[in-house]
Amino acid sequence: MRLHWMILCLAAGSLLAVRPIPARAASTTLIRNATVLTVTKGTITHGSVLVRDGKIAEVGENITAPADAKVIDATGDYVIPGIIDCHSHIAAESINEGSTSVSSMVGIEDVINPEDVEIYRALAGGVTTANVLHGSANAIGGKCTVMKMRWGKSAKEMIFEGAMPGIKFALGENPKRQGSGPNPFGNTASLRYPATRMGVEDVIRDAFTQARNYEAAWREYREKVARGERAVPPARDLKLEPLVEVLEGKRFVHAHCYRQDEILMLLRVADEFGFKIRTLQHVLEGYKVAKEIAEHGAGASTFSDWWAYKVEAYDAIPYNAAIMVRKGVLVSLNSDSAELDRHLNTEAAKAMKYGGLDETEALALVTINPARQLAIDKRVGSIEPGKDADLTIYDKHPLSNYAKVLTVMVDGDVYFDRDRDIAERPAREARRKELLEKEAQEQKKKPRPDKEQDSKPQDQRRPQ
Amino acid sequence: MRRLWSIPARFFLEIACVLMCALPLVGAGDDSFLLRGATVHPVSSDDIPNADVLVRNGRIAGIGSHLAAPKGVRIIELKGLHVYPGMIDSATEMGLSEIGAVRETSDVSELGNLNPELRAIIAVNPASEHIPVTRANGITSVVTLPQGAMLAGQGALIHLDGWTWEDMEVEPDASMVLNFPIVESPRLRFFRQNATPYSEAKQNYEQRIRELEEFFESARRYQKARVAKEPGLAQDLKYEAMLPVLDGKVPLLIEATREKLIREAIRFADKEKVRMILGHGEEAWKVKDELKAKNIPVILGPTLELPVEEDDPYDRLFTQPAELVKAGVKIAFGSFNTSSSRNLPYQAAAAVAFGLPYADALKSVTLNPAQIWGVADKLGSIEEGKWADIMITDGDPLETRTEVKQVFIKGKSLELDNKHKQLYRKYLNRP
Repeated sequence: MRLHWMILCLAAGSLLAVRPIPARAASTTLIRNATVLTVTKGTITHGSVLVRDGKIAEVGENITAPADAKVIDATGDYVIPGIIDCHSHIAAESINEGSTSVSSMVGIEDVINPEDVEIYRALAGGVTTANVLHGSANAIGGKCTVMKMRWGKSAKEMIFEGAMPGIKFALGENPKRQGSGPNPFGNTASLRYPATRMGVEDVIRDAFTQARNYEAAWREYREKVARGERAVPPARDLKLEPLVEVLEGKRFVHAHCYRQDEILMLLRVADEFGFKIRTLQHVLEGYKVAKEIAEHGAGASTFSDWWAYKVEAYDAIPYNAAIMVRKGVLVSLNSDSAELDRHLNTEAAKAMKYGGLDETEALALVTINPARQLAIDKRVGSIEPGKDADLTIYDKHPLSNYAKVLTVMVDGDVYFDRDRDIAERPAREARRKELLEKEAQEQKKKPRPDKEQDSKPQDQRRPQ
Repeated sequence: MRRLWSIPARFFLEIACVLMCALPLVGAGDDSFLLRGATVHPVSSDDIPNADVLVRNGRIAGIGSHLAAPKGVRIIELKGLHVYPGMIDSATEMGLSEIGAVRETSDVSELGNLNPELRAIIAVNPASEHIPVTRANGITSVVTLPQGAMLAGQGALIHLDGWTWEDMEVEPDASMVLNFPIVESPRLRFFRQNATPYSEAKQNYEQRIRELEEFFESARRYQKARVAKEPGLAQDLKYEAMLPVLDGKVPLLIEATREKLIREAIRFADKEKVRMILGHGEEAWKVKDELKAKNIPVILGPTLELPVEEDDPYDRLFTQPAELVKAGVKIAFGSFNTSSSRNLPYQAAAAVAFGLPYADALKSVTLNPAQIWGVADKLGSIEEGKWADIMITDGDPLETRTEVKQVFIKGKSLELDNKHKQLYRKYLNRP
């Protein structure tokens, strides 16, 4: 009975969710007379952006609309490159494979739910690309996926084609929590190594030692084969393969971290094994070791001003992003939240208040910088001819708290339009009522569930 | 990207800026002065360009153009700057909680369901790092609230300045906090093992409500016996604490989220004849007419929150403040947090983007909370006779980019340095 209700709810949910906007009507669109904040090529006050076949064709002051072009009159509005969130968990059906300290065999790509309404909500906040990460329960977590917010498309079609795959690492309180007794969510599972920051380092060094040995075994095998010798291939290890990719520079490491000691530890372990940390995530004490981060060449993806929610966040300061920028680190601001990703533009404004970044530097924190961190900057992150037409239009300057998103384009298609969203609300509400009534009728026809059924075990998912 | 040669120059400039910001515009200590030549935003009336505000003995003594400074009173030139009343955060755990995840640093939730005698004020740590961090953004007063199971205790309205909690007191018993019981929804069961089935959850809820009603009934009987001076009446701390609530002197801040519970809460407050303030109220928009009819103000949580229901419009909570105000409901904002209290004005600004008139947004962090908490004779606007709780800014305080230049509480110029600025200076200068 309960199952029946849940299925109906799910069906209703997908029907009610905002209707995906159909495939492009016109392959050419001109956004006209807006303030265009290109981020990399300055600001054009009365500018236009010509979009053709999903790409930005032209950016400038005087662009004449081709005959077949759809025209968006953006007089008084502001256009920026679509926002890129370098740390997200939206659309992921599960986040943490927390049963083991090294879970590199699992990946987010396998659990993407393309109907997660949080994708649409992110779009409505101007986000066009997100780095969807595994959770932080393990020193070495699962594989990550870069996704475009192509709402209405399949999970496969949402994956950012050609983006470098990633893997999540985690340091500090979260990975050692399962070694320290019951976690806040009441999980009393048996203790799991590690319980200290010392143990976290050991887990990572041990895993990469194994990966290096595994890589060597394969190299030896291939060499033998090349020499024409008979050889037995090593057994495939799905846990170590992604780590070998890290060693070979074919997979990015995105490492959750807070305190300066653990940040430095990871950089040194990576130096020892000869790989790079692509991004340090959260990295709230990054400002204390900005020099070392810059020297290693790691990017830093942080929060604007969160602090004091746990001990390792007690020295977090809102000047973190600005200090790291000034000391030569490639910095982005991320959300780690289905709510915060909806206003990363004003999070960027905080880096102006705290540390004095200028407008372009602030906007870069949520556009071109995360694009560079994810190595997708040839495709997205700024408004330049040849790049994907991932664009967000605001009614006011995006660094103002009074700005709201009007229109969002991904690959030249409009995936969010505020007017349209509002116009469709009455029909959606009517449809919702209709479904609820139908369900009520169904309920009347069927016998009431007895207590036995009512107390069936529920979904065992835990929060992250 | 920035050119390398400019980095040392930028550093020097920034350090100089930080030092300048850290220096108060005026010396501390003296609580009589004349603010001259600023744009004054009294909130209670229209803005006055190029105006002066006279402060004497910590209170506002005059507002106008070309006021004469009485003999011996300092003059503070504020050309190009703005004078606003200090802001009020109507819901925090300020001083009660230092690090969210560390139990030892939290004095927010006591055991037990019926604790009206608990007083937040006596557990406020005046040395909390959150206090200077919050006031640096122009927030001069906050309501700090106990949480806990049901009747959680007395929330206090405090100034963000003082050597002791007694110094900080504005209204130590500003409200009685009631977390209205909820029916544990099936959705919550994802987060728990061995969760109770709905029928049991409903029974638990009804049991709680009965418990609450019986407690109020007993408190009423105690009140009557006390008024009648019945011989042999033993003093009871819990019922004593309820007397100002039953008398309507102290409002009952009822925290409820969903429509059904908000309606239940209103019915409860009606039945018990107590003065109600609604806290949180994510679905208050569904009950706006009743709230207006019964004159119940709402302390709203962050505007930038996800909708309650999956199929709610994405901007459901963005537009709620505007809808409530349009219906005539009085609103104020609360961070319902400690570490993000400094972002209070941005909650109001986000609501402006979605239809809330600017004047109402500004009021919802200044004059409205002062009125709701019954301290509008002392706080909330730049008016003669009120305390000089003032912030001086270089622009609109609801905008992130605006800098708060100086803050006064009761006319005392405050130190705006804090842990964050200290760490900033220290590590910016790390060799």
